[in-house]
Amino acid sequence: MSATAESARQVSRPVSRVVRMRRSPVGRFLWKVPFWTLIALIFIYALFPFYWALRSAFTPDPALFATPIQYIPHHPTLQHFRDVLSSDFFRRALLNSTIVAGSVTLISLTIGSVAAYALGRFRFRGKSPVLYLMLSMTIFPQIAILGALYTMFSGFHIIGPIDFPKLYDTEWALIFSYLIFTLPFTIWVLTGFMRALPADLEEAAYVDGATPLQVFYKVLLPLIAPGLVTTGLLAFIAAWNEYLFALSFIQSPSKYTVPVAITSFTGASGNAFQTPWGQLMAATVVVTVPLIVATLLLQKRILAGLTAGAVKG
Amino acid sequence: MSSVATPTPAPRRRGRRSRTKLQRRQTRLAWLLLIPALAVVAFVAIYPLAKTVYQSFTNQEFLAGITPTKWVGLDNYSLIWHDPAWKHAVILTLKFAVITVSFEFVLGLIIALVVNSKFKGRGVMRAVMLVPWAIPTVVAAQMWKWMLDDTFGVVNDLGVRAHVLSHSHAWISDPSTSLGAVAAVDIWKTTPFVALLLLAGLQVIPTDLYEAADVDGASKLQQFWRITLPLLKPAILVTLIFRTLDALRVFDVFYVFFGNRLDTQTMAIYIQSTIIGDGHVGLGAAASVFMFLIIALFVVIYVTFMRVNEE
Repeated sequence: MSATAESARQVSRPVSRVVRMRRSPVGRFLWKVPFWTLIALIFIYALFPFYWALRSAFTPDPALFATPIQYIPHHPTLQHFRDVLSSDFFRRALLNSTIVAGSVTLISLTIGSVAAYALGRFRFRGKSPVLYLMLSMTIFPQIAILGALYTMFSGFHIIGPIDFPKLYDTEWALIFSYLIFTLPFTIWVLTGFMRALPADLEEAAYVDGATPLQVFYKVLLPLIAPGLVTTGLLAFIAAWNEYLFALSFIQSPSKYTVPVAITSFTGASGNAFQTPWGQLMAATVVVTVPLIVATLLLQKRILAGLTAGAVKG
Repeated sequence: MSSVATPTPAPRRRGRRSRTKLQRRQTRLAWLLLIPALAVVAFVAIYPLAKTVYQSFTNQEFLAGITPTKWVGLDNYSLIWHDPAWKHAVILTLKFAVITVSFEFVLGLIIALVVNSKFKGRGVMRAVMLVPWAIPTVVAAQMWKWMLDDTFGVVNDLGVRAHVLSHSHAWISDPSTSLGAVAAVDIWKTTPFVALLLLAGLQVIPTDLYEAADVDGASKLQQFWRITLPLLKPAILVTLIFRTLDALRVFDVFYVFFGNRLDTQTMAIYIQSTIIGDGHVGLGAAASVFMFLIIALFVVIYVTFMRVNEE
């Protein structure tokens, strides 16, 4: 920065303080009222639907389907939670989603961190085309390949004795197809983490005679552990929330994932004429609370990961 | 970490020939490490994409036994092009994209500006903004469907209490409000996220610019138009691209709200019901290619806009 800019900045402070002092305390207070109103509005807007789901989950059915509606349940009950958690259908869906999202996350992190090592720590020809390919994959519309995947999953012949197995109506169809959106994203974000590491440690390890693979899992991987956790959580959430493929490739209700189960939930009593909103809202709370807790715990890292994936891209 | 003495990087000291050898070894190792990732991408994305394009020129049905698959040229494309349901789906999706992206951008920018100013509880506020983002779209749609319920919904109750509504309204089944209802869910779920992206862009703007503007006597509004907006432009454009692409492929909210209802089909729902519901794989593939082109068109528009702005 030049000397003139430096001096200009020094001059600016007293002047701006004068400007600020010109505002009377009353004026300042009056300015703060709309500001805090706005903050309160944003707060309510963001949280009210979730509060409403909670409120509905705790309100017993007779009060839930009656007017005037109760904004705070007069006689809160755990019945809806009990019904939902005792339903085999819902429990199975939770298990299925955990298996699918967990496997997808593990596979993406394993393959993704190896690829990120190559893209973040090596200099070689063809690196930027690969990076661009991964970036373009992150905005890939999944619906565009729905039909192709649908026919692929009914099984086909590849070459010689190798066949592509029939994956339709199995968890494998989902694990396979979810990699489309989790893997490129994982690679893109982890490459950023790899690139940010200083070169010294790596060089020291090489001097000590370590092989590139040892450098990878003994030096670099521990250093990007925070990145792995964040990226893993983001991949897990994306897979946990996916609906289109889960709806299209799974037929048996026993293999439904949570989103599909929640949209086809008829309740423990199985009354087809009244949607069991109480149980449904209890289910949504059960499904969302772990995600919200994890998100809030890793808040700062998630923000960093998301902005690395979007803003810098 | 800076206190650690940097060891002499041995490889760099070697002669020119061995460096190229090392370079070659590095390149080979890098590609070796990339094989699994590239194989997965090829198998999961590139092959299916090529297959979709091929299928769009055939009359392939899911139950292939009934009619043998054969090459039909551009028949599927002309069928889709002349299908009023497809045209309706395209227009509806574009409407939805315009409504949601503009609301999310304006509201998101306001929220970002508010949260960017220093105040007690800023961290809490940012955490709160992540909550709608973390809720699965399908779940968010169910929550709102219940809130918009025509007899026991809270939206109607609040509206009647505040004398905005004279009586309860069937937001979802009434065709004149259904698009607004579905847009409300998307706006609620995504605005905080847009705000967070813009906030990240705002925090990069150096504060001395505003101090200098204060000295020159520029008003807050002038500062916003002359400093904030121009410097935020890259973040804005990237956010808009991501949001538009997301909005154009919308499926979940519409499907949860309306199922297959014909007047509320988006492009994605049209394609899904053609392929999975009716089993017309070839026809659906042609629609997929159309949709892909529409999305590509938007990317091209945004990217050229960005280039023009950089010059």
